[in-house]
Amino acid sequence: MPAIEFQKVNFKYRVQSQATLHNVSFAFDYGQKIIIAGPSGSGKTTIGHLINGLIPQSVPGEYSGSILINGKDAAKMDIFQLSFEVGTVLQDTDAQFVGMTVAEDAAFLLENENTEHSQLLAQTENWLKELNLEALKKHSPQELSGGQKQRVSMAGVLSSDSKILLFDEPLANLDPASGRLAIQLIADLQKKLGLTVIIIEHRLEEALRIQADKLLVIDHGKIIANDIPDRVLTSAAVISAGLREPLYITAMRDAGVDLNKIAHITDLASLDHQAIKRQLSVWLEKKQPDKTKKSREPILSIQHLSFAYPKQAVFSDLNLTFPAGQMTAIVGKNGSGKSTFSNLVTGFLKPDSGRILFDNQPLDGQSVKERADKIGYVLQDPNQMISQNIVYDEVAYGLKLRGLSDDQIQAKTRTMLEVAGLDNMRHWPISALSFGQKKRVTIASVLVLAPRVLILDEPTAGQDYLNYRSLMNFVAELNRTQDCSIIVITHDMHLMLEYTDRAIALVDGQVIADMAPAELLNDPALLKRASLAPTSLYDLAESTGLDAVALSKRLVQEEMTRG
Amino acid sequence: MADNSFSLAYKNRGTWLDRCSGASKLLGFVLLSGIAMIVLDTRFLIFLVILSLILLKISRVKMSEVAALMKLVLVFMAINLVMIYVLAPNYGSQIYQSKDILLGSGYFALTQQELLYLVNIGLEYIVAVPLALIFLLTTNPSEFAASLNRIGIPYKISYSVSLALRYIPDVTREYHQISLSQQAKGNEISKKAPFFKRLKGASAILVPLLLSSIDRIESVSQAMELRRFGAKKRRSWYFSEKLKALDWAVLSFVLLIVIFGFILIIVNGGRFWNPFH
Amino acid sequence: MQDKKKSWISVRDVVAIGIGTAVFFVLMRFVAIPTPVANTTINLAEPWLALIGAIFGPIVGLFVGFIGHALNDTVAGWGVWWTWVFADGVLGLLLGLAKRYLKLDTETLTSKKLWFFNIWQVIANVIAWFVIAPLGDIVVYRQPAAKVFLQGFWAGIGNMVGIAIVGSILLVAYSRTRTRTGSLKSEK
Repeated sequence: MPAIEFQKVNFKYRVQSQATLHNVSFAFDYGQKIIIAGPSGSGKTTIGHLINGLIPQSVPGEYSGSILINGKDAAKMDIFQLSFEVGTVLQDTDAQFVGMTVAEDAAFLLENENTEHSQLLAQTENWLKELNLEALKKHSPQELSGGQKQRVSMAGVLSSDSKILLFDEPLANLDPASGRLAIQLIADLQKKLGLTVIIIEHRLEEALRIQADKLLVIDHGKIIANDIPDRVLTSAAVISAGLREPLYITAMRDAGVDLNKIAHITDLASLDHQAIKRQLSVWLEKKQPDKTKKSREPILSIQHLSFAYPKQAVFSDLNLTFPAGQMTAIVGKNGSGKSTFSNLVTGFLKPDSGRILFDNQPLDGQSVKERADKIGYVLQDPNQMISQNIVYDEVAYGLKLRGLSDDQIQAKTRTMLEVAGLDNMRHWPISALSFGQKKRVTIASVLVLAPRVLILDEPTAGQDYLNYRSLMNFVAELNRTQDCSIIVITHDMHLMLEYTDRAIALVDGQVIADMAPAELLNDPALLKRASLAPTSLYDLAESTGLDAVALSKRLVQEEMTRG
Repeated sequence: MADNSFSLAYKNRGTWLDRCSGASKLLGFVLLSGIAMIVLDTRFLIFLVILSLILLKISRVKMSEVAALMKLVLVFMAINLVMIYVLAPNYGSQIYQSKDILLGSGYFALTQQELLYLVNIGLEYIVAVPLALIFLLTTNPSEFAASLNRIGIPYKISYSVSLALRYIPDVTREYHQISLSQQAKGNEISKKAPFFKRLKGASAILVPLLLSSIDRIESVSQAMELRRFGAKKRRSWYFSEKLKALDWAVLSFVLLIVIFGFILIIVNGGRFWNPFH
Repeated sequence: MQDKKKSWISVRDVVAIGIGTAVFFVLMRFVAIPTPVANTTINLAEPWLALIGAIFGPIVGLFVGFIGHALNDTVAGWGVWWTWVFADGVLGLLLGLAKRYLKLDTETLTSKKLWFFNIWQVIANVIAWFVIAPLGDIVVYRQPAAKVFLQGFWAGIGNMVGIAIVGSILLVAYSRTRTRTGSLKSEK
């Protein structure tokens, strides 16, 4: 008997006119690790919700076909009964974490089961120990990192004793280093407790490190691949679904290595290193010379900046210069000072000492509003920025508040909408837009004030490859055509590598690296301190004895010509 | 940023008040402030003020922690007392059914009765403060929901209080984020802008906060259902302790005071103590 | 099936009370809009209460108003002023009764409905602040009528204005996100 079996499942949400899943059939065996991958809107989350019962009970819709969990018909069980069969860790760790402290959240399910108090304490203690959370027992969720919150979520779900665990995009809110740890932890628990693990994720480069038994690719509601990862990865399924395959595979593909002849592509050690090296070397020689941007006068300089919160110092004597026209990435784990940095530049916080110069003029004494004319800041979550109902109004809002004439507002707004590719949607309600389109609206609404510097906070978090591409190409275009210098706060290593000219790594308010992104990405010691992790290209370079920096730069060139 | 949405925060100060269970402190707080609300006997109120000040002393809460609040309450109390006096200078005489002028003359003459009444109301404001502070500063917020449930509030309502405490810091942070990004756009809700603009500006902050809170409600309730919240008629609590001897002692003492209060009502023949007969 | 189906309050309602209260608390504590009248502010927590009530109904409205106000008083440290806490709960309950008529989740918010909502919120505020809060103060705290009616009147007017403007904008914004947008065409 399989752990989970879908037979010819079709599904349609009540609010949608078209079906989300078409004739989906698969079976997962006990003790397996399965990855379900697909772009946004492919139906992968829908599958997850069908497994844990959120559909159709919490989100209404109709399905046909049969779903068997542990051999039982899911249609006959409610969400509570299903939760005994499958434990779910949701993507949003802040929503998942409902307790006021770590211990309470770990105990939440047992509390709901009305478990007798001494037993409740003992079991909770046990799971806290298992996940190495004892020291954090009394911490509130606000005091934890993304990785720690996720561990708490696991403790909270494992206490249900269900042997099937479902992870909905476990990597979405984690920096690369924590992501690796999470994957490792899931793999360890799976082995130790004999679990069946289903991971819904589109970030394959990191997720595949779990050494999955099965990779299921879904696109437009249909399963287009369902096999061991070795076979799926050498086929075209991942690319045709609009997903990003692991970087080392793309590099080999581009270099003309015949992937179909490789039996275990997921195992780098098993590859024929000499043959691959030969082909890669030929490919590397086709590299065009680096385009270096002309170094220009600084647009923004930070001089001897110090800042401390009442209980915690962040920066002491920070010095940074941003030449005009550059695209810079600021990386570092949560709490390293990245957001404090942007809050100081935008004037939301006042420095204790030191100066910030814009175009060689000090910014101190200028209000948040005045600074916004020079330095635009785009929050990570577009929903936190959008206050108007219609696309046009949202973009025009800042101009209206600045008291411009109607003609000026109209002209500037229309031009900006044109640039952002939103002009034909200008009368649409914003609620009808996709996440990626909303993100564009927020960028346009900041950019319409014509700032010369744009700070983007995690612009691509939670977006799939195609959305990522289209958004970052838009940003790169702004950088080229609007003479706008761009600072991106991110832990997306692809973004840093592909789009930025420079990477600054912050750790505890200190600049530990300020170099070309490809160099940073291939320096494991620095990466570790910045809570990043090397890409699979680094591993490929290691095993073939090639230069990792050259390999990275070559791949970026190839990717950018693909557009 | 503004994570300390509770400027007054729980801390274990190592006294018996900290060891007392949350449920008995909650019950004590509610009963004592309740009886102070009902029994307007000046002597009784003075007794309660002294008692609660002693308790505050015992709790080892530092004056510096609460000084700002105390000032605020005194100002607030003064405004209320002045308002009462200006609007109803004869209310005291009505209550005590006699009129002995202390100073002044005419409508605004200050009577002994009005003075006593104002003292009563003042004491009422004052007595609530140390009691609230003791409860707030010695009770672990995590225990709060379990305590509510223990004193008979349905567990679903008790848990919603816990959820509120859990998400207040997140909402605060989000509110700041949103209002800062609105400020950058040029949105002004301070006194600089005209009144209706201010209100419209405020809506521009509330709209994103509202929409994201609605999303949050959806995802949190999904997460809770998946972890079987609401599946059973009863719920156990990680932070729930059996009542100890200490708790029973505290509760008996509180109950004694409450009974005493009711006796006073009978003896006084009403909620006020009237020395003017 | 287990007994939750028949429960008087759903998990979603519990969460709506919890998070609704958190937002109510934050708005009451940190956000006040100064009015043209000296030393008077408009409290944004009440428009929020109006919206939460209109979306989730009277039970959620009642508890958000009650718990939110009580929590704010407790955390402020000055003791809980129960009569006003109770009045806020009643206001939430009354505002929540508008849910049945407004049907924000399924129907468009017409201007007729918006007018109805505003007339109803004025009635609800009159009941809560012109009647319940002052009567409570007279009966429970034995305060003079002139003073408590003045205070109640003042608070009630502020809330009416706040809900009329901010509350209406919020309702419109929420209903726009719910109604289906069937005929979107791209324009030249």
